[in-house]
Amino acid sequence: MSDLIRNIIRFSIFILLQVYVLNKIPHLHKFIVPSLYYLFILWLPFSVPRMALLVIGFLTGITLDVFMMTPGLHAAACVLIAYLRPFIINVLAPKDASGFSYREPSPKALGWTPYLVYTLILTLFHHGYIVLLEWLSFGSIWHFLGKVIATTGISMLLIITTELLFPRRMKFRTNTA
Amino acid sequence: MRNIFLFIRRYFTFLSFLLLQAASLWFLFTYNRFHRAKGLGVANEMSGFFNSNYNMAEDFFTMREENRRVHKMNDSLLNRMPTNFVIADTSVRLVTDSIPNDTLGRVRHFIWRDAQVMYNTVNSEKNYLQINKGSSNGVRDEMGVFSSDGSLVGKVINVSPNFSQVMSLLHVQNKASVLVKKTGHAGIISWDAKDPRFLLLNNIPKSDSIAMGDTIITGNYSISIPPGMMVGRVAEIIQDNTTNFYVLKIRTGANFQSLQQVFVVENLQYDEQTKLLEETRKKVDDPKRNTR
Repeated sequence: MSDLIRNIIRFSIFILLQVYVLNKIPHLHKFIVPSLYYLFILWLPFSVPRMALLVIGFLTGITLDVFMMTPGLHAAACVLIAYLRPFIINVLAPKDASGFSYREPSPKALGWTPYLVYTLILTLFHHGYIVLLEWLSFGSIWHFLGKVIATTGISMLLIITTELLFPRRMKFRTNTA
Repeated sequence: MRNIFLFIRRYFTFLSFLLLQAASLWFLFTYNRFHRAKGLGVANEMSGFFNSNYNMAEDFFTMREENRRVHKMNDSLLNRMPTNFVIADTSVRLVTDSIPNDTLGRVRHFIWRDAQVMYNTVNSEKNYLQINKGSSNGVRDEMGVFSSDGSLVGKVINVSPNFSQVMSLLHVQNKASVLVKKTGHAGIISWDAKDPRFLLLNNIPKSDSIAMGDTIITGNYSISIPPGMMVGRVAEIIQDNTTNFYVLKIRTGANFQSLQQVFVVENLQYDEQTKLLEETRKKVDDPKRNTR
């Protein structure tokens, strides 16, 4: 399956999962909404150019916004993490390899600890930005901090579960292929 | 000039990042200010397509509960049928004519349409509903929306041909005027985004005697919402010593977490009333007439 088709399927699954499952489940506590859809951006292949990353991020966010009736809110956060992604990968990528031996970021490609750091940083940025934008019009500072920490915790839990439940079968990229 | 081009080429990614950010933030803030964005009509149709498919599946699981509620509503309406009543001290039976414009000179003011909820959230600070009636069914902005058991749910804020978006009472920008049924005092109901089961009611003076369980109904002063419909019951009286007003916690009449069928209420004299309002405002504020 080509990267393009794989990612289109992934995109629809993530958006539908977010809109019809995660936003629908009875809330755990006040307003902690589990969110997972941005894992799509974290899973994009290494080879996507930075410019394309930004556009894909924007489209992902705006699609979710259409369903959530908050135009621009998730789009802004997705563009932010799409912009930051290459920097963080550059810092965390294994130094000894000349290129990336795998196609996309995964625990296998980066190693568990760097991968978790990578997801944690981007999750924090994503939720921090969304809650900040909501908070500008509404709420107090404790509400803001509590919500960022709680949503980040839930999202990290979901990401780890996803990684354990659906290990992506990825071919090791060799020179011969 | 050359340096400018070099600069743009060097920071192209960063500049496009800023551009996309600006676009998203512009969407976000204009939407909040005007409650709606014009281009959203098309997007509305698209999400409506997915939502109606999802809704068909979801309906299957909530059928029994919804059926019970509709049955209860029917029951209460059957009890209001004029044939149930007999005037005790004469032998004449009271008969009410059901033609909208009858000989007693009664004119229909509000008309109720049913609609199905396609999408609904309660876990955000700004909650909206999507319903499957739109401008082609006669739904327009500012119409009131009620749940299947007749409690206030919200008002329509954006319409596309086949779907409309409803701002639910569970929205931090929502304000609705309501009455305490017992005393007739008007207040403003709002939501503090803490718990989707409770709303806040301000502006009720402490001279009123409010008890737990008092009924809160919709106010008389709204053009788009019929008066005297259920909003909720007082669940908690919060003593605020700094003002002379109560802060009341209201348990909503509608269960927002399981809305399936709703009613959209149209005021048939809406145009006339709003036009009169506009003209009055223009007349009073007109600088030529109002020379001091």
